[in-house]
Amino acid sequence: MTKQDIICPENLVYAKPRLMNDETMHYCPGCSHGVVHKLIAEIIEEMNLTDRCVGISPVGCGVFAYNYIDIDWQEAPHGRAPALATAVKRLWPNRMVFTYQGDGDLAGIGGNETLHALNRGEHITIIFIDNGIYGMTGGQMSPTTLEGMVTATCPTGRDVSTMGYPLKVADLAALLDGTSYVTRQSVDTMAAVKKAKRAIRKAFEYSMEGRGSNLVEIVSTCSTGWKMSAEKANEWMREHMFKQYPLGDLKDTGK
Amino acid sequence: MAEEKEILLMKGNEAIAHAAMRVGCDGYFGYPITPQSEILETLMEIEPWKQTGMVVLQAESEVASINMLYGGGGSGKKVMTSSSSPGIALMQEGITYMAGAEVPALIVNVQRGGPGLGTIQPSQGDYNQATRGGGNGDYHTIVLAPNSVQEMADFVDLGFELAFRYRNPVLMLSDGVIGQMMEKVVLPPFKPRRTDEEILRDCPWAANGLNIQNRKPNVISSVELESTVQEKHNLHLQAKYQEVREKEVRYETFFCDDADYVIVAFGSAARISMKAVESARKRGEKVGLLRPITLWPFPEKQIAELTKRVKGFLVVEINAGQMVVDVRLASRMRVPVEQFGRLGGIVPDPAEITEALKHLMAESEEV
Repeated sequence: MTKQDIICPENLVYAKPRLMNDETMHYCPGCSHGVVHKLIAEIIEEMNLTDRCVGISPVGCGVFAYNYIDIDWQEAPHGRAPALATAVKRLWPNRMVFTYQGDGDLAGIGGNETLHALNRGEHITIIFIDNGIYGMTGGQMSPTTLEGMVTATCPTGRDVSTMGYPLKVADLAALLDGTSYVTRQSVDTMAAVKKAKRAIRKAFEYSMEGRGSNLVEIVSTCSTGWKMSAEKANEWMREHMFKQYPLGDLKDTGK
Repeated sequence: MAEEKEILLMKGNEAIAHAAMRVGCDGYFGYPITPQSEILETLMEIEPWKQTGMVVLQAESEVASINMLYGGGGSGKKVMTSSSSPGIALMQEGITYMAGAEVPALIVNVQRGGPGLGTIQPSQGDYNQATRGGGNGDYHTIVLAPNSVQEMADFVDLGFELAFRYRNPVLMLSDGVIGQMMEKVVLPPFKPRRTDEEILRDCPWAANGLNIQNRKPNVISSVELESTVQEKHNLHLQAKYQEVREKEVRYETFFCDDADYVIVAFGSAARISMKAVESARKRGEKVGLLRPITLWPFPEKQIAELTKRVKGFLVVEINAGQMVVDVRLASRMRVPVEQFGRLGGIVPDPAEITEALKHLMAESEEV
């Protein structure tokens, strides 16, 4: 049996989305980024948006997202992706414009740009990968780091009395009149991946319908930054991260 | 058309707003700061989105404004912002990213005095920031220095033309005098905004999705972790800057042909210096004026040429001595180069410049 026989269309149960290229990913084993990239690529294809899509990548591990999904991209300064997205969407109203940001980028340095883009009701989607740590710079404390969580810049654990509290970004976003859909998802199980895909698709649809701004938070792992195996990181996330950042829709104006 | 030749009376700031709408600007993103707030106010009043479809948005900060320019310019649209000195300082992050990613856009700085919050009165204290890049890394913006309301209007179109020709941010370095004063102006004729087809033709590099079926994805980015590739990119930028130096120097001279002494001044300082030149000529003193219109690239060859036949230069600028360094470099100090400036938002008057000229003349006679 040749490879071609094995993958003849009727036997095909899964194919890599066409927009995902063969570039070797720089992400660590067990990282959530790759799964979310795949979902975005699938949705752009399914919604037939390839020639009407502009992605804005962040500073952080997601900086090179443009290397893996074959659409047009702009790479923003740290935290500024929502400002770039605002302009692109306003100047090209029929484009699907999304940002892809981590917690340091979005909730730390880009807090102001995020808050105001969401509050203006820009018809964009913000994909928010929240793993409670700065991955790319080597595992430092971020605004969403959990209380007591150990990082390179809080080696004895985050002390909320001096370092502040984990920031509930999605909860804040849901309070803003400009947001249309705000949800918190994960990609740690097949069921969760499917739910996350439905959520991103809804956010993209709302963006294209001009309903306002949309935030999809993906509570994620960083096995390297957390210094755990991929499997252990998922368990730790379910046990600790989900407690601080419970999954589910926080706001859906379409319901 | 008769209407296009209409002579109007308006502020420099207002002229910029009207010119933007007329020359096919696609988007203005800005944040209020004195002494340039009339630009955003005028745009909100004339509602260009109704006439040309131009987007006007008040951003939440100058940091957001400049990053909106990055996004807009990176998608191939003609976008601009304006601010004043402290706001321009905040924009440096976005400007260096745009220089690195080769994103065209127009940035207007209606300068006020510093450092810090300083004063809302006029200044030319941002010369060094403007001509040395301003942000991190090896880069240049093309810097235009208007000295009239007419040039405020004219340099919007010129700024966009240069920005897109070289895929580089262009800075219009104005000041509170030019922004706030009213004088006669003929606004540029209407030019339609570019169509998608024209953007595709002129900006095949832009990230906007156009024609992606038939090309590789476009990525607007300034990051490259492989040193050899980044060095190649740096060298490409330097080659571009060299081309700009060779082709885009703009300046104006008055009474320089027989001059013994030449005042070098830009923007509002050049307007004031002209009065001092005129009174010197009335006294029979051979004094000329060289006004750089592009501050980067700087008219260094013209200064070098003049150095061969003048006895000295007086650099008049509304700061503590910034452009004077470029004049000294260009002249190689072969003749005396003195500087006169006022600080704190005070504009020099022609009598003070005349005094400084006399000082220069006495010094150079001693040499």
